[in-house]
Amino acid sequence: MASRERPLSPHLQVYRPQITSVLSILHRITGAALAAGTLLLVYWLVAIAGGPDTYDAAQSVIGSIIGRLLLFAWSWALFYHLANGIRHLFWDAGIGFELRTVTISGWTAVILSFALTLAAWIAGYGMRGDMP
Amino acid sequence: MSGKATGDFRSDLGRVRGLGSAKEGVHHWWMQRLSAIALVPLTIWFVASLVCHTGAGYDAVSAWLASPVIFGLMVLLIAATFYHAALGLQVIIEDYVHREAAKIAALLLMKFTCGVLALAAIVALLVIAFGR
Repeated sequence: MASRERPLSPHLQVYRPQITSVLSILHRITGAALAAGTLLLVYWLVAIAGGPDTYDAAQSVIGSIIGRLLLFAWSWALFYHLANGIRHLFWDAGIGFELRTVTISGWTAVILSFALTLAAWIAGYGMRGDMP
Repeated sequence: MSGKATGDFRSDLGRVRGLGSAKEGVHHWWMQRLSAIALVPLTIWFVASLVCHTGAGYDAVSAWLASPVIFGLMVLLIAATFYHAALGLQVIIEDYVHREAAKIAALLLMKFTCGVLALAAIVALLVIAFGR
């Protein structure tokens, strides 16, 4: 381990944010957030295994305002990570590296993530039959 | 494209396998992609199912999870989710935690937590399917 002070190369903050870099770090942030969100999934399953009382308790926690906000954020994170993940899989196959294609696929992932989130929540409230 | 001409000292077989000297060079990368591909249909199915069960009572949700096909798909979803999460979090930890001791501790803690959460979810699914 060298302890000598060495000059550091310019880091991220000197670069203007671009669609490529912003979506890249968003993929990582949403991935980490979704990993944290698995706690809710496990809690929900354990609550169902616990019986009707623990299930109802879990439903009221998840159905609270904070619960719904978290779930909304997580659902967007999931759709974004899904859409952008498919974009990554195409890159892994060697497809879509042209700058124009990268920009178009990036914005497609962003728009798709919001559209799917809204569609899921509208459908969910439709199931309950009580639009807010 | 002979090995000698390109300065590549690997044997032809070694080059085709692409595993490197440790025999597992691409394993992490490959498993991350495979679990990602598995999660595309599993996630879409799970979110659509959750939307369809919005506001459903204990009996409906537990009966749904207890049916054999759903039980199997849920176990696959849990396995793929936590495997994918562990692989992704591993990269994040390796990127940002530079002190060796802290890095190893964080990796062990993260993998242990993922294992425990996956186990808890699968035990919960077994309890739901086969009764207490």
